[in-house]
Amino acid sequence: MRSMIVLLCGTLLGACTLVAAAASAPSSLPATSIYRIPPLTLMNQNGQTFTFASLAGKPRLLGMFYASCQMACPVEIETLKQVEHQVVKAGGQPIPVLLVTFDPAHDDLAALKKAAAQHHVSAPEFQLSRALSGDIGMLGGVLGVSWRPLPGGGFQHNVVVALLDRAGRIIATDPANGRADPAFVAAIVREERAAH
Amino acid sequence: MLRALMGLLLLAALMPRPAPADAAAPRFVTVPGGQLVSSLLDGTRTVTVQMAPFAMLEEPVTEAQFAAFLRAHPEWQRGHIAVLFAGPNYLASWLTPTDPGDAQAARRPVTDVSWFAARAYCDSLQAELPSWYQWEYAAAASSSNRDARANMARRNAILAALMHVTGQRPGLIGQRPANVYGLRDLNRLIWEWVSDYGAMFPDVNGDVGSAGSGSVLRLCGGAALAFRDPSDYALAERVAALSMLAPADSSPFVGFRCVRKPGDSP
Repeated sequence: MRSMIVLLCGTLLGACTLVAAAASAPSSLPATSIYRIPPLTLMNQNGQTFTFASLAGKPRLLGMFYASCQMACPVEIETLKQVEHQVVKAGGQPIPVLLVTFDPAHDDLAALKKAAAQHHVSAPEFQLSRALSGDIGMLGGVLGVSWRPLPGGGFQHNVVVALLDRAGRIIATDPANGRADPAFVAAIVREERAAH
Repeated sequence: MLRALMGLLLLAALMPRPAPADAAAPRFVTVPGGQLVSSLLDGTRTVTVQMAPFAMLEEPVTEAQFAAFLRAHPEWQRGHIAVLFAGPNYLASWLTPTDPGDAQAARRPVTDVSWFAARAYCDSLQAELPSWYQWEYAAAASSSNRDARANMARRNAILAALMHVTGQRPGLIGQRPANVYGLRDLNRLIWEWVSDYGAMFPDVNGDVGSAGSGSVLRLCGGAALAFRDPSDYALAERVAALSMLAPADSSPFVGFRCVRKPGDSP
């Protein structure tokens, strides 16, 4: 991603302001693109790092999770596998999945690797990732995912998986709660075909 | 000599003028750790939280402070901000994208800002929005007591103050004494964004509803049960007000302040 630094100088006194155009949000993205959130650098279960905005260009499924989650997150991951299976059955191509942990304090590389192995998912098709820098709260906000650490450990949270078009607009969302919703599957098939 | 002086005066006249109301530098005060028995229940269970110490902005962020942030971060100005992060009401009453047009801007809490913009402001101070528990713990204190929530006279006064401001522009900061931690205007002036407000309202299945759905109002009976003391109307009103908002929404009564680790300078 190209980074642009503009030097604006006031007349006479040379009062200069550095304006760093957000490298991760090229102005070509539509105003409703989720890739416009402030820069976020992620690392996947293979230890590969990438910026969130670099994922623009392909439709994908995006959600959040945390690795030590006992119930909702395993269901989320297994539901997404079912959804992809149904997409293929309907004649479409599987689309890439990115899940970002909201528990980066505990979900280190080893935890991501372990969760990926448990669910038999592999990058780059199915990435489990954690933020290395940036504010995952912004990502949660635009996705509609909220979480609150509980005093006894774990989180109170919801699950939303969004189908993004290649520009990062949210086309459809799904609670990923155990059932591959045919309408969500159909939306993925449509989006994946449109992207060709 | 005179010519040089004239030159200097000319230069001074051409210098960019300071903002109409100069923004005071935001000041953090340390809140010591301790135990909070939250007013929000987890289902039907009382939640007791061991709070680590934190540093919190002494006052809500002012219009002048937010204007200074907008001048340094134009991407958060009205007109520039992505629609994903703010609706049409965002700072809609401001005279210009960076000028609140308020002679009292240095003492008026900024409102009409989205949760995203509030977060971005805190991020610019290497800080963040407080969690609900941090806000609740700080706001429980009066000027003489670390937990004054059971004081009925205080509770009624808070409710009366909130009722009084409804429908008006928020009043000015600093009209009342600070609490025991040195924090001002947590309870009576405005409602404040918290980082995890979207996860404060579990629905009947124990899952978290989506922010802005007003689920706490739809499930009014259930919501009343979710408070440890259902007669604390001011608190219930605060929670209900936040629950009505999606993170891109803004309200004339919702402002914010920031927290960070204690000991970070200045």
